Amino acid sequence: RDACAEPHQLSKGETIHTLKTESETLKAKLEEERAKLHDVELHQVAEKIEALGQFVMKTRRTLKGHGNKVLCMDWCRDKRRIVSSSQDGKVIVWDAYTTNKEHAVTMPCTWVMACAYAPSGCAVACGGLDNKCSVYPLSLDKNENLAAKKKSVAMHTNYLSSCSFTNSDMQILTSSGDGTCALWDVESGQLLQSFHGHSADVLSLNLAPSETGNTFVSGGCDKKANVWDMRSGQNVQSFETHESDINCVKYYPSGDAFATGSDDATCRLYDLRADREVAIYSKESIIFGASSVDFSLSGRLLFAGYNDYTINVWDVLKGTRVAILFGHENRVSTVRVSPDGTAFCSGSWDSTLRIWA
Amino acid sequence: MARDMSDKDILKMELEQLQKEVKNTREPVSKTAKEICEWVEAQSAEDPLIKGVPEDKNPFKEKGGCIIT
Repeated sequence: RDACAEPHQLSKGETIHTLKTESETLKAKLEEERAKLHDVELHQVAEKIEALGQFVMKTRRTLKGHGNKVLCMDWCRDKRRIVSSSQDGKVIVWDAYTTNKEHAVTMPCTWVMACAYAPSGCAVACGGLDNKCSVYPLSLDKNENLAAKKKSVAMHTNYLSSCSFTNSDMQILTSSGDGTCALWDVESGQLLQSFHGHSADVLSLNLAPSETGNTFVSGGCDKKANVWDMRSGQNVQSFETHESDINCVKYYPSGDAFATGSDDATCRLYDLRADREVAIYSKESIIFGASSVDFSLSGRLLFAGYNDYTINVWDVLKGTRVAILFGHENRVSTVRVSPDGTAFCSGSWDSTLRIWA
Repeated sequence: MARDMSDKDILKMELEQLQKEVKNTREPVSKTAKEICEWVEAQSAEDPLIKGVPEDKNPFKEKGGCIIT
């Protein structure tokens, strides 16, 4: 009878040692199963694909106004508005076409590490060292005090690292330094589902493209990337090939894969159907951590922001770097491609955001 | 919360997870990688950052000199 089929009971005589040994055995078996299907490399399959042409991207807008490190940003679905948050507690909504600031709110905490735009464009969510995720409805009246309408939605027992609305303004998904992710009802603040499985701070999460169903991926300081079923709360797949913290996770546009950026200075691509890592984006000359990643619309390009102040653009299929973008004067903390794929925005510890196209 | 769990509890959690995952179905990379490549190629024609956008059509490319505030 296969020992793996028995549900595990914590029995007397079970020690950390026996648990560890069993884990090691299972990990080896899992790797063995995955390796059986590793019959070719992604870049080999991609050999016949035409190489990308010369890549020219420039900073088209610089958004200045934060007094301190920009930690996070998100695009509005209208493709022109952006919300950003910073170390000094400020959350700003910008019109990226004109660079005008449309709204600004000061949070009661510093290190606002997470911010997100609601799908309707009528609200933003943010949080950080306050251990909460709060939602601010955006008023058409620019003079109105946004803080007055603030609604506290999520409560964690440690910092909020990332937040995202689901397909509507009604639910928010959060990740936290407390090692969990959680799904919340915005209106009531009720916890709908919690996700346990990481053994250290969770730093990032990303929802699967809506067509592919109710899953999301998370990454954290335990070097693991976990894929979750939102309804059941179950961890369905997990990947542990990075050598250090995973700072960012992002689904591939088709939903069949996801990319990660890590403090080990690499970005990686994980194929969900093959259940394994299928590409590593790295160079000997890149020795600083990758903080943030995002795909172009077709998934051919991966934009990655690094702690060495640069943005590297990778050919996802061939595994090669196609461009390196300079401009920021400190760590790049966040990169996001616009909803229609015409540009991407980067935020940095140099307190600015840049739009590249 | 992971931070409040004992080492033993964390190991037990990881072990249960591994037991589940070992049973997942998976497909060969030769098949899935091919499908990823095909999907990308089909979408690339409409990817503005690959095919480029004419200066006059991209709101980020123009200098914004026409905007009156």
